Amino acid sequence: MSSTTATSLTARATRGPAYARRYWAFAVPAAAIVLLVILFPWVFTIFMSLHDWKVTGDIPFVGIANYAKMLRDERFLWAIVRTIWFTAGTTIAPMVLGVWAAVCFASEFKLRGLARTLFVLPMMATPVAIALVWTMMFHPQLGVLNYLLTSVGLPPSSWVYSSSTVIPTLIMVETWQWTPLVMLIVLGGIASLPQEPYEAAILDGASVWQMFRHITLPLVWPFIMVAAVIRMIDALKTFDTIYVITLGGPGTSSETINILLYQTAFAYYDLGYGSAIVVVFFLLILLISLVLLRVRQREAWR
Amino acid sequence: MKRHRARRLAGRVGLYASVILLVSPALLFFLWMLSLSLKNELDNTAYPPVFIPHPPTLANFVDVFAKNDFLTYTINSVIVSFSATGLALLFGVPAGYGIAKAKASKAAALILIARVTPGLSYLIPLFLLFQWLGMIGTLTPLVITHLVITVPIVVWVMIGFFEGLPGELEEAALVDGATIWQAFVHVAMPLARPGIMVAMILSFIFSWNNFIFGVVLAGRTTRTLPVAVYNVLTFEQISWGPLAAAALVVTAPVLLLTLLMQKEIVAGLTAGGVKGG
Repeated sequence: MSSTTATSLTARATRGPAYARRYWAFAVPAAAIVLLVILFPWVFTIFMSLHDWKVTGDIPFVGIANYAKMLRDERFLWAIVRTIWFTAGTTIAPMVLGVWAAVCFASEFKLRGLARTLFVLPMMATPVAIALVWTMMFHPQLGVLNYLLTSVGLPPSSWVYSSSTVIPTLIMVETWQWTPLVMLIVLGGIASLPQEPYEAAILDGASVWQMFRHITLPLVWPFIMVAAVIRMIDALKTFDTIYVITLGGPGTSSETINILLYQTAFAYYDLGYGSAIVVVFFLLILLISLVLLRVRQREAWR
Repeated sequence: MKRHRARRLAGRVGLYASVILLVSPALLFFLWMLSLSLKNELDNTAYPPVFIPHPPTLANFVDVFAKNDFLTYTINSVIVSFSATGLALLFGVPAGYGIAKAKASKAAALILIARVTPGLSYLIPLFLLFQWLGMIGTLTPLVITHLVITVPIVVWVMIGFFEGLPGELEEAALVDGATIWQAFVHVAMPLARPGIMVAMILSFIFSWNNFIFGVVLAGRTTRTLPVAVYNVLTFEQISWGPLAAAALVVTAPVLLLTLLMQKEIVAGLTAGGVKGG
């Protein structure tokens, strides 16, 4: 036993750049894949964004014209506004509910395992399948949701069929689907907390709310931040739900950047302009990811 | 003391009320989905809605497989998800090991960026590439694009697991004359088997659920299930029974996997905060 410890110490002492380099071989095949299917598209997208690239015909170089066009394109600018509004909603609501759920699931109660599994199901289920069922539930005349609303005396809602309610409705669907991810991340944080502060607080007669506010919340704050950034990125990327339920409609009233991107590239086949939108969209997400990485790295490789 | 107990009781009631409030939207949703799929068309369009199918019928499920080519689409989905997951494990597990061992934070950052990039943004260049190569209409482009989702998930989960393993055993093996490859295969990999399991499950689920790549790249005969179920909506506007049945068929494997493997899935998701697409 002691000899193992000694050898591992010498092994550790001889670690240098060469030690790390040997392990690069392991990453080479994956790096090749990443280059092929991830890096190539990035570089090629930037190249395409500088051209007037339709599926057929000439491909003239146009410099930054596609980017300049974006600034004048009202449809694009409105898509940005909608994306921000949608992202804010689908970040804040799942964060609040997710933290609440994490606190609940951190306590002991009967059937906790089953309840947690049921709670997690929406995020694992196939988004398209889920979105289709929601669509049926939103039906203005025959949908079950309006039946439930009217049966408790509330007026029926037009859900996704009116431009004023479509985004809140989509936010509701996304919140339903992605609150579990926030819950899981925060629950992981709560599980790693020490028990002593709680024991002391209980002796001092602290209430549940006081313990949450002054012990849990500050201690799991880093996890909450990680969850918030992940949620924000996923919210920006939302595609399946909006595409299936509204396709950006009615009109363009739920058209976010991702949906506009799809329409531009694969409905109008304006690949050059679509690529420029990708580049801008990607830079935005990259910026947020860097924040995520900083938060993550602080806990991972101290 | 009495006040203390009253407070405790109030806490328990609050807890159970909260849990019921939080879980019921998920529970009711899936029950309603099941109810829609088991009712005949008359009951599905009835108002007020019929909640309990009476009598329940499997006609909708028969209908789905009879009217659409769902068997082909199921096979497509199985081929694509299994291949994409298998390849991702083959490449991603060693990569995760290498990155964790070399503490290559830049490589890890690249993987993270790949994970956060919207799937749609890969599609324009890859679509053109596959068109030039004449591969549109085969399953190969789907498998390749699904790697965009599965490889980062596997690498990310594996980095986390390999970082958590004690390095002493491998170092002992190295000192005894093993190559680093042998140390990886015979020492690190067996220890990381739970991690590989988690990576495999998550990678499979997110590949199975993927919709966007299929929408753009799949032809009539190469649709995966999520694309196929979306087309059921487009062509049969209001036949809710078959639509709900189709939706249930598509998502059932994933739901079952979640129910059976919930511990592993929860572990993987809390570690990496992963989502596909």
